[in-house]
Amino acid sequence: MNRRSLQSWCLGVLLLVAGQASAVLEVTVTEGITGAIPVAVAPFVWEGAGSPPEDVAQIVGANLARTGRFDALARERLPRAPDTPEGFLAESWSSAGAEYLVIGRMRPQEGRVVIDFHVFDVLANQRMGGFRIPAPADQLRRGAHRVSDIVFETITGDRGAFSARIAYVAVTGQGDDRRHALEVADSDGANPRAMFRSNQPLMSPEWSPDGRDLVYVSFENRRSEIFRQNVETGARTRLASFPGINSAPTWSPDGTRLAMSLSRDGSPNIYVMDLATGALTQITRTNAIDTEPAWSPDGQTLYFTSDRSGSAQIYQMRLPGGTPQRLTYEGTSAGAATVSPDGKSLVYVRGGDGLRLARLDLETRRETLLTRGRFDKSPSFAPNGSMVIYSTTDRGRGILGSVSRDGRVHQRFAPRTGDVREPAWSPL
Amino acid sequence: MHAVIRWGFILLLAATLAACAQPKRDAAEAERRAAEAAAAEEAERARREAEARAQGLGMPGTLSVDSLDDPQSPLSGRLVYFEYDSDTIRPEFIPMLEAHSLYLSQNPNARVRLEGHTDERGTREYNLALGERRAQAVRRVMNLNGARDNQLEVISFGEEMPVAFAQTEDAWAQNRRVEIVYEVRR
Repeated sequence: MNRRSLQSWCLGVLLLVAGQASAVLEVTVTEGITGAIPVAVAPFVWEGAGSPPEDVAQIVGANLARTGRFDALARERLPRAPDTPEGFLAESWSSAGAEYLVIGRMRPQEGRVVIDFHVFDVLANQRMGGFRIPAPADQLRRGAHRVSDIVFETITGDRGAFSARIAYVAVTGQGDDRRHALEVADSDGANPRAMFRSNQPLMSPEWSPDGRDLVYVSFENRRSEIFRQNVETGARTRLASFPGINSAPTWSPDGTRLAMSLSRDGSPNIYVMDLATGALTQITRTNAIDTEPAWSPDGQTLYFTSDRSGSAQIYQMRLPGGTPQRLTYEGTSAGAATVSPDGKSLVYVRGGDGLRLARLDLETRRETLLTRGRFDKSPSFAPNGSMVIYSTTDRGRGILGSVSRDGRVHQRFAPRTGDVREPAWSPL
Repeated sequence: MHAVIRWGFILLLAATLAACAQPKRDAAEAERRAAEAAAAEEAERARREAEARAQGLGMPGTLSVDSLDDPQSPLSGRLVYFEYDSDTIRPEFIPMLEAHSLYLSQNPNARVRLEGHTDERGTREYNLALGERRAQAVRRVMNLNGARDNQLEVISFGEEMPVAFAQTEDAWAQNRRVEIVYEVRR
């Protein structure tokens, strides 16, 4: 193993400190790529008193490294950073092995911290951009994620997703002491916050397209029901409590409707609920299991799981009233599709040799196997399409994994105690 | 940084070793457990059949509310197990379901909840539907044997409430179940 890939393995090992009551996730890059771009993120100068509330440069470097596309150079190896952008000397950074450099300063100002930072292309010997971001002093971590988004986009041209959050279900305790919590954390697993706790199961969290609400299934009344909850205020409403199962809610891209699976007429079918009126439209009519609906980004197509052919497979259906077409043939089963933000591919759970994630290109119909676990489930695309986060297991424990779209970069998010599962990436 | 690199190595090594060692051992273990489970199941089936005959199934009046608590009565059986991804009721569970149906038909105010569960193989929302299908299959058998619709409530928990936590065929077999829960006993 060469030095660089060794570093990309190890740099991602972070211990994240956060709120007491919620599960703290430890993030590990388990498989990186060789040829990642070496980037230097110099410690940001702190102009306030004492020491800075967050090590922003460290957060930015770790974020970049976790994508697998960057190799954040160890701080000890960096030359002294210039105080001003004018002091930039390309030679000293290229000899340190950096292809890109980020420098910055932070200034406290009336309850906020103003972050000024600059991105340099070392090989081209030029400044790519200078930026200023104000962040509330008590939310400097979120500011660091925004800095990461800008640096990522400046260098790669692709949108970053570090400011996005993840919702997931955390489970602690056993037997009658089992507790379920719906939690929301930063994209790096930091700042976990419990939205709802229950001694009955919680499942299937999904974000609204504006990122303000979550929908999920709760068994708090000893049966499956669909709830909506505001992330800021915590206000909850019950949306579906029909006879039978109420399951798999997912928001239409325009935010006005919710697709779901209901068995109110005996067997689970796909329905769409108008959120303004509560009116239901039945989309599929079978005696088979139809569930796990997912919208295309234009809201014109629903993808869903059905076992109408005898085994669970993924189908697509144009709205309104199209004929369902089967999409998957590779595995003994297929389900839980998540649609890429560009609408061009699906990632789904393929059964056969265990449960693994596969990506289906909707144009070429070509498939790529992304993971090699035994229980890889509940995939959710990052809002920039770069990665998929999912549930997996590690020696029987439920943890989260993420994999880059091409299957080359793998990370794990593990709580110190208990299990986590069913992650859902928020919109940006 | 050196400590981190060392730990990175150890984690990597451990993960690699675990990944290489796991499958073979699991396969042999699963086979052995499956064989054991099958044998135990066969013995249990024979025992239950004999018991059901001894209890004089089908003879009205033999199933008092006390028989719900009698470990010798077929009514003490409250669990129906299923094959992987199947909602077919295996024949060995029919006598027990007939006994519950008879009891319910004799006690029209009694009500049961049929709680369907699955193992963790399969996607979560599909499993929620599969659990419901299993509970519905149990309801059909009980309907046919005299229990009324309003006495039978179907609920599914999918894979959310396992009773066995190992990732083995034995544990999965225990989790693929319908639980018969008496809400009102008479």
